[in-house]
Amino acid sequence: MFEVRIHGRGGQGVVTAAELLSVAAFREGRHAQAFPSFGSERTGAPVVAYCRIDDKPIRLREPIMAPDALLIQDPTLLHQVDVFSGLVPDGYVLINTTRSLDELGLAEFLGRFRRERVCTVAATELALAHVGRPVPNAALLAGFAAIAGRISLDSVEAAIRDRFPAKVAEANVAAAREAYRSVMRNMQEVAHAEAD
Amino acid sequence: MLKQIEGSAAVAEAVALCRPEVICAYPISPQTHIVEALGRMVTDGRLAPCEFINVESEFAAMSVAIGASAAGARAYTATASQGLLFMAEAVYNAAGLGLPIVMTVANRAIGAPINIWNDHTDALSQRDCGWIQLFAEDNQEALDLHLQAFRLAEELSLPVMVCMDGFILTHAYERVDLPTQQQVDAYLPPYLPRQVLDPAEPISIGAMVGPEAFMEVRYLAHAKQRQALDLIPSWAEEFRRIFGRDSGGLTHAYRVDDAEIVVVALGSVLGTIKDTVDEMRTGGTRIGVLGIGCFRPWPTAAVREALQTAKRVVVLEKSLAVGLGGIVSNNVAASYAGSPDRVHTVIAGLGGRAITRQSLHRLLGQAVEGGLEPLTFLDLDHALVERVIARERGQRRSGPIAEGILRDLGVVAARAG
Repeated sequence: MFEVRIHGRGGQGVVTAAELLSVAAFREGRHAQAFPSFGSERTGAPVVAYCRIDDKPIRLREPIMAPDALLIQDPTLLHQVDVFSGLVPDGYVLINTTRSLDELGLAEFLGRFRRERVCTVAATELALAHVGRPVPNAALLAGFAAIAGRISLDSVEAAIRDRFPAKVAEANVAAAREAYRSVMRNMQEVAHAEAD
Repeated sequence: MLKQIEGSAAVAEAVALCRPEVICAYPISPQTHIVEALGRMVTDGRLAPCEFINVESEFAAMSVAIGASAAGARAYTATASQGLLFMAEAVYNAAGLGLPIVMTVANRAIGAPINIWNDHTDALSQRDCGWIQLFAEDNQEALDLHLQAFRLAEELSLPVMVCMDGFILTHAYERVDLPTQQQVDAYLPPYLPRQVLDPAEPISIGAMVGPEAFMEVRYLAHAKQRQALDLIPSWAEEFRRIFGRDSGGLTHAYRVDDAEIVVVALGSVLGTIKDTVDEMRTGGTRIGVLGIGCFRPWPTAAVREALQTAKRVVVLEKSLAVGLGGIVSNNVAASYAGSPDRVHTVIAGLGGRAITRQSLHRLLGQAVEGGLEPLTFLDLDHALVERVIARERGQRRSGPIAEGILRDLGVVAARAG
């Protein structure tokens, strides 16, 4: 079982991101379970959503406490919520930001994780450029597809097209593709740096 | 057809496949997505003929369902929590009148304090109202139980409540197998009412019955519910023939054959319990699980049989009989052939408190060692409780408990977990 926890704020499509991820996994023949951390969500309030992916039916209903991957849709949460709580030692981290891990003050903390599994992507900027609204979820999911290789970009695109009207879907797909390329590029740079 | 959809969407699809003629609804979390989806289907003509009636309250929702059903229409509504309490008088009437309404209850806690999260207090508060109460373990079963509910309701002329865990199931995306209209039509015949309000042949429904026959009318309601105990397993079998999967039935036994400890529960928590039990089995513990799929009528014989080998029974329930302890456990103890002091009550998950494998391992470990108390509140914060008790001891005007306890916790606004 592979467990993903997504942190963001109300209005950023956090719950939708988990749902889309489950649809992408389903399209690849996997079992998937997406659910929000339920509450009286308000725009701007911290929101958590979860997605489990497995090859067999998923019965477990507890919240994800030891995620294999963390998607952080809003870097301002880093100072408000313990987003890294329970992350497994070889887990994946993808943060939506234009800043570097150094600038975020996370370089040392995240140094204990595998470097090639920790990445940033400017998902909000990509969403603004392509969709015209600050909804980073599609771009972040594509970034997750790139960094973890657990689902394909094709499946993410198909899940987006399933969910949204054609025009909105294509704009999100464009943001997703660019995010995917950006994370791939970023990972190659890390690989080169480590090879040196 | 396999689909990855939200639990509420799956239930809405199931209800639509049952061709309801009247749907009345008043929005309350966490059932809202179900009736919203059905409303859209009626508006866009996918679900026809069907009248979708927006009402001004839950009391009106059930009252409209009663009227519709009495006029011979297949009627459906959904609610949760305070909504169910608000319609309670009409809920009893629907059962007393023998009207086969189907209602989804997206289980949620009852206030005060205000709490929108999941537990079973709402449905269990209505356990003696005369409705059949079925509980779903996952979204596939929630979908399937609605097909079975209409069949059962109409055969017996009794209303049926399909209970599914609010948020945990209603808001979870998971894989479901959506049946075809042809399959559903083969399983669910058209509604043939035993009584119908028809201007061409006027009758009245809802007579006043005095001491001369009231008990007999109540007895007949009881007899019908006991009859359901025979029908439910045979229809679950027929369901398997048509739809190709096991769904519904009175109880679901899991690894109980040689089990010395059996955990009994209702609803979606059964999945987490089964995963825990598998881990304990790997460690050599002879432990099993009994899921109660049908809470009313209570399946006395099926429970007794499943608990045959159990030396200890742990009933884990998301409900509390304040001043007594368990509700489900009381029913279980009455069906257990062994000594009632071998039945342990565990109150868990009230108001959305997460029930984790870690806590279950600790709890069931105690049961294995024989150290489990008769009544346990899983993961209760004893220190927090003590602070309130000390405050009440120390001053007369100790203030409201809920506000005080949130202040003690330093919580600005309630959150999940």
